[in-house]
Amino acid sequence: MTEYIARFKKIMNDPDQRKSIMTDVKNFLIKVFGMLILIGVSYVILSPIIGMIVNSISSDKDAYNPMVYILPQYPTLERYTLAIERLEYFTTIGKNLLYVITLMLLQIFICSMVGYGFARFNFPLKKLLFGCVVVMIVIPSHTIMLPLYMTFKQFDLFGIATALTGSPGLMGTTIPMYILTVLGTGVRSGLYIYIFNQFFRGLPKEIEEAALVDGAGVWYTYFRIMLVNAMPSVITVAVFSMVWQFNDTFYAKLFLISEEVVISKKIESLATVLATIDKILNVTIQELYVDAGVILVVLPILIVYLWLQKYFIEGVERSGIVG
Amino acid sequence: MKKRKKLTLLQKRMLTGYLFILPWFIGFAIFYIRSLIMTGQFAFSNLTIIPTGGYTLDFIGFDNFNYAFRVHGSFKQTLTTSIMNMLVDVPLITFFSLFMAMLLNKKFPGRFVFRAIFFLPVIMGSSAITSAMEMSEAMMSGGISSMSTEMATDASAGAMMNMDYFIDMFMNLGIPVKLLDYVTAAVARINDIIEASGVQIIIFIAALQSIPGSMYEVAKIEGATGYETFWKVTFPMVMPHIITNVVYTIVDNFAESEVVELAYKVAFTEMNYGLSSVFSLVSTLITCLILVVICGYISKHTFYYN
Repeated sequence: MTEYIARFKKIMNDPDQRKSIMTDVKNFLIKVFGMLILIGVSYVILSPIIGMIVNSISSDKDAYNPMVYILPQYPTLERYTLAIERLEYFTTIGKNLLYVITLMLLQIFICSMVGYGFARFNFPLKKLLFGCVVVMIVIPSHTIMLPLYMTFKQFDLFGIATALTGSPGLMGTTIPMYILTVLGTGVRSGLYIYIFNQFFRGLPKEIEEAALVDGAGVWYTYFRIMLVNAMPSVITVAVFSMVWQFNDTFYAKLFLISEEVVISKKIESLATVLATIDKILNVTIQELYVDAGVILVVLPILIVYLWLQKYFIEGVERSGIVG
Repeated sequence: MKKRKKLTLLQKRMLTGYLFILPWFIGFAIFYIRSLIMTGQFAFSNLTIIPTGGYTLDFIGFDNFNYAFRVHGSFKQTLTTSIMNMLVDVPLITFFSLFMAMLLNKKFPGRFVFRAIFFLPVIMGSSAITSAMEMSEAMMSGGISSMSTEMATDASAGAMMNMDYFIDMFMNLGIPVKLLDYVTAAVARINDIIEASGVQIIIFIAALQSIPGSMYEVAKIEGATGYETFWKVTFPMVMPHIITNVVYTIVDNFAESEVVELAYKVAFTEMNYGLSSVFSLVSTLITCLILVVICGYISKHTFYYN
């Protein structure tokens, strides 16, 4: 022991060695401190989720037992079975994913096209028109919600809506969302156009020149060469548009889109459904079922995100958001 | 026979350019320009819906504005709270996300796990999920049974006492009350701030990645400390992205503010479309003004590397 202390003193008396040890210690402490903050903030984010998972597997007995914390005494999967039944989970989530994914593909297609148009072609009024894209990002969608509501309530182009549904107007269907998206004005389309524009501007012009010399037309160049090169921003936009479309309740409420298609609307009424059909009137117990339902709703989108996560962050790093 | 004038290559490319942006332009004209004009019209009129479809507009001048500002019970108050909340949140979110991005940008094991966790609030962002999460948050501070009101109030009362104790202590130390209020407000909203900064953190991570490593090498050789390196290299280099993030934060914050809820409620439960348009229009104008002022100020002080 004394030997170690003597060695320690000797090192500390040597200014060079002392300095290097002190910086080592300082760096180590900074690292530990950083990790502590990261873990702390992660806990703040994760704790409600952990809480929900625990709630969703605990039985009625656990709910009333003040001793139970984190680990339920009588775990049960009954919450999930009932929630799946009342949400008609598999059909609803299937329809919802179909809706979200088709819209996502449309977003990618349309926004990349518009972004490419702005990035590579020169035409009069280009600056002004791109200013309009920025305006689209900045103006909150509720400013235009009433006119949109009125428009689609009366929407009857050439009497097509009347022929299909029997009455004019597209309320209660998903068609308004598709129309908006095809015309580049869907959920946060402005942002996606901006991302694609920035990315295409960063690509070298030589790629296109080579394609042109080899005899490729403009559209061929765009579909087969530029879009393939734009993979990082395609993935970025794919993840963003999927997540935001899935979570969007604003447009879903505005267009009265049916609960059968938008599951995040359906989860809001789950508590009422449980009260009326299953006669579960205790609010605490209702909450346990809602938690199970929420986990079921989040699960598919979470799996897709975790799968795309690695490409997504790389994509953001390489794509236009930073530009 | 008239010979058709051939287009030059430049003109051809011009036309193709217009073709590429055509779908967006149609959408913008129909759904944005037309809608904005309509919102303006609604704000100045009394709108009645005809049961058979369609609506009529009676021009009533500034009556809706008068009603909103002089008669309506909660509009002014809601508007000011929303704007104040926004002004408190924006700097906090920006600096918090920059700080987190710097921590996440370092190389350490499990980096991808942390990055995934920090994006979770964006994934779980819909309103139904958030309300369920708040309930389970209460549960995390003491078992499911604590969700019953009695115990919840007990727990929060305990937390408040601690808070008061600290506030008293700092006030006795002579720290200005205004600053203290800001800090306590920030600490109380830490959950909201973390939830709102998912996208911003990712943008900042990307910005940090784009700083050339050679700059840090130079700083190191010149003997700069970590603190100096941050203020002389990192901060100026991410400055352009601070604008992006501030714009994103303001827009996002505003889209979820109480004014929007109020406008929605007035339109679809009270069926007062004119008044709702006034709310939307006024709040949008104020937000745009704030955006222009803040962005103008920041971009004046921004350093552009390229």
